[in-house]
Amino acid sequence: MTLAPETTDLKVQVRLGEDWLTVCDLPRLLPGRGVAALLPDGSQVALFRDRAGRLYAIDNRDPFGGAAVLSRGLTGSHQGRPFVASPLLKQRFDLESGQCLDDETVRVATYEIRTS
Amino acid sequence: MTAALGVTPTIVLVGHGMVGQRFLEALAARGLTATHRVVVLCEEPRPAYDRVALTSYFSGKTPEDLSMTDMEFINDHGIELYVGDPAEAVDRETRQVTARSGKVFTYDTLVLATGSFPFVPPVPNKDAEGCFVYRTIDDLLAIEEYAKTRTTGAVVGGGLLGLEAAGALKGLGLTSHIVEFAPRLMPVQVDEGGGAALLRTIEEMGLTVHTGVGTQEIVIDESGAVTGMKLSDGSELATDLVVFSAGVRPRDQLARDCGLTVGERGGITVDEQCRTVADPHVFAIGECALASDGRVYGLVAPGYEQAETAAATIAADESEQLTFTGADLSTKLKLLGVDVASFGDAHGTAEDCLDVVYSDSRAGLYKKLVIGRDGTLLGGILVGDAEAYGTLKAFTGSVPPVSPESLVLPAGAGAPAQLGPSALPDEAIICSCNNVTKGTIRGAVTDHQCTTVPEVKKCTKAGTTCGSCVKVLGQLINAELEASGVEVDKGLCGCFAQTREELYEIVLALRINTYQDLLDRYGRDGARGGDGCEVCKPAVGSIIASLAPTIGASGYVLDGEQAALQDSNDHFLANIQKNGSYSVVPRIAGGEITPEGLIVIGEIARDFGLYTKITGGQRIDMFGARVEQLPLIWARLVDAGFESGHAYGKALRTVKSCVGQTWCRYGVQDSVRMAIDLELRYRGLRSPHKLKSAVSGCQRECAEAQSKDFGVIATAAGWNLYVGGNGGATPRHADLLAQDLSDAELIRLIDRFLMFYIRTADRLERTSVWLERIPGGLDHVRDVVVEDSLGICEELESLMAAHVANYRDEWAETIKDPEKLARFVSFINAPDTPDPVVGFVPERDQIKPDLPLLTIGQRPLEGSAQR
Repeated sequence: MTLAPETTDLKVQVRLGEDWLTVCDLPRLLPGRGVAALLPDGSQVALFRDRAGRLYAIDNRDPFGGAAVLSRGLTGSHQGRPFVASPLLKQRFDLESGQCLDDETVRVATYEIRTS
Repeated sequence: MTAALGVTPTIVLVGHGMVGQRFLEALAARGLTATHRVVVLCEEPRPAYDRVALTSYFSGKTPEDLSMTDMEFINDHGIELYVGDPAEAVDRETRQVTARSGKVFTYDTLVLATGSFPFVPPVPNKDAEGCFVYRTIDDLLAIEEYAKTRTTGAVVGGGLLGLEAAGALKGLGLTSHIVEFAPRLMPVQVDEGGGAALLRTIEEMGLTVHTGVGTQEIVIDESGAVTGMKLSDGSELATDLVVFSAGVRPRDQLARDCGLTVGERGGITVDEQCRTVADPHVFAIGECALASDGRVYGLVAPGYEQAETAAATIAADESEQLTFTGADLSTKLKLLGVDVASFGDAHGTAEDCLDVVYSDSRAGLYKKLVIGRDGTLLGGILVGDAEAYGTLKAFTGSVPPVSPESLVLPAGAGAPAQLGPSALPDEAIICSCNNVTKGTIRGAVTDHQCTTVPEVKKCTKAGTTCGSCVKVLGQLINAELEASGVEVDKGLCGCFAQTREELYEIVLALRINTYQDLLDRYGRDGARGGDGCEVCKPAVGSIIASLAPTIGASGYVLDGEQAALQDSNDHFLANIQKNGSYSVVPRIAGGEITPEGLIVIGEIARDFGLYTKITGGQRIDMFGARVEQLPLIWARLVDAGFESGHAYGKALRTVKSCVGQTWCRYGVQDSVRMAIDLELRYRGLRSPHKLKSAVSGCQRECAEAQSKDFGVIATAAGWNLYVGGNGGATPRHADLLAQDLSDAELIRLIDRFLMFYIRTADRLERTSVWLERIPGGLDHVRDVVVEDSLGICEELESLMAAHVANYRDEWAETIKDPEKLARFVSFINAPDTPDPVVGFVPERDQIKPDLPLLTIGQRPLEGSAQR
């Protein structure tokens, strides 16, 4: 997560091991909505941008239903923490920790994300 | 009462009507069902039902809906209930009752609750084919069946039940007449002025009223069926069926046969404990009893009081010595949609009493209060608007704190006094059916932690019979909650303390057209400046979309900030399925489609390899589209003239139709045209939940309109509009809102209804639930949208007009906009790569999701995250 100043040529990058993978131009991220990106190993990451411009990245796969759809969920904040609600059965996931807010035994992976 | 040692004493109840059922509940409440064997003999084929609401059968209630008998209650208390098996004889020597089936029961206590029978005047041919009475569900079923092939009906009797019966005949599509011997309608309840107001309103509804004439003879044809009636003024009235509703008489034959004392004009004579004067082992309650004040009570509330009195006497509980010495005859009714109420000394029989009268014939209003010399409110009559009934009745017998005229003048006519129920004393009776005082209701809130009307109803029984006090109940509960400082958080979610309705009002009044503006100005303290949540974002998005043209927002739900508010389905203008693929539903208005249209859909589905299925709403759903295929599919659909079907939205879905008059030999109107008109008018209308509709071309109802949010059924004279129906998990038959509407009247009324629903419903609240929840229910909605009681109909209509004028097809907009189209990709960094998790396998010559694929990507958490 990082603060992203509003400039058009900034790129969104996700950290994979030692490397940063460039995913898209920052303006492609609409505040309050997510997009999905394909990683080299075939897995998928969901990227979000909140109203204040902060960026988040979590695994795109909904662990309850199995489909890769978390990027298409609605975002919000709960007690000051950002979350996304799955479009399938509406479970909410903390965007910073990946923790499911409706089932404490479930967590999705998170990724470091930045602009450069 | 005195039983042999070791033998359980037996109570036999003859009659299982509303009063009989209440008696059983009163026995159970006093523990008598545990210590006694309780036997019930019921003549009708079904156990106790709500006879007061009988007429609601014709507005869609089923016999099951009317039932008042909880079989669990009967079984739990070990009550032996025999339906369809009336008592035929009583032997008081041996204390035995013989039922029709031959069963014999020995009783210690016998309770007669045999009710009454309809009085049929002794006119020639009164039993001819086509003559009916109006008393039981079976009577209604018989009338309904007979009316199917008839066109005209007449009701003998213009009293309360007569008007109900006439309304029912009209509802069955008959031209209806009312013949009343007295010079006015409802002669018992209202005076001349009230009768005149009632007459005008009822005649305006298309019923023909003949007052001051008696029925002399029923005219029949050679087959013995009714063709008309001869009246006492020499005239003849042609009619296919006659319903006698000229009052009721106590059913006391069983009592007479076993030698019990009965009154001169009928009724089993009882004392203040409801015990028969002739036999201490026998009680009589309800409409068959002649009370100790010499009257037979034909209302349910006194019957309930008698049931409680008899049960308390049988329990011989010293601490609870109930007596029944007479009852209040106050009534509030809605007859044919007209409020009629009378209470206390309605006819001003007290010495030196004075009247305060407000009358407006144009509006069909008549209100009279009877006031004593000292200012005491003695009684009154309300016709056309009985809103104040609950309050006025509770003040009867006392000097109201405001001047009497201010209590009857309409709001806005210089009537400042809005006398709320908070001004009432604790002893004031709020629910007269169940004799519940204001103090008891307050106690339910303060001592039993009830916070809602349903809870208080359950706890106190208030409002469970006729329902006329439910509105006052709600006001009292809220006042009590407020007074006790209970904060009821009715807020939409953690971000907004307001209800959806309140947010709607704010958005509309202040022309707020962005979510962020609303959140930052009206959100809860901690939520302002935040990101909102998945509850309020789509709810506010829907409000903004519903009001878009009026508040200056874009009518296109993917524009600007609105895109971020939409539920995932609205965001992609398609319905997400379990593997992350989407389904596509083009609009097929009214279910009408050309062969070319079918071919285009077939070709598209074939070319994209989609699974196709016919929906319940008469259209075609295509499944298995990947997100990046949606614009390609829609480009072809739009090109062929199709538009979005809004299957993904909380919006109008479909208006189903049958083929109607054009093809069907039974059809009476062009239901397909009307369905198409309605679907095209309301398409794209965002609402608190999805909206479904249907139009049937005749009363056979093949389009199932009564299971829809708004359903239309053709009549010979126009259209009947039903609202609040639902299928699904909690089915609800729609309620009749208005009858015999012209095309223009129908559309105007639906405009108002939908906009009022959108304005006042909670988020995700279907019309069926909304109609049950809002204070006043259907009556209130009818007052608002038909009578314009809030004066908002013009605004509702103009809001709808703005929606209609500004409708644009979302898919046509989207495929023209490259920036929006860029969102329709599986991967932002690989726009041409399909989601590998979305795959399909064959089934029955089509595709289905490849579910094992969904386990790909399932991986342990460790090692994947770098944080």
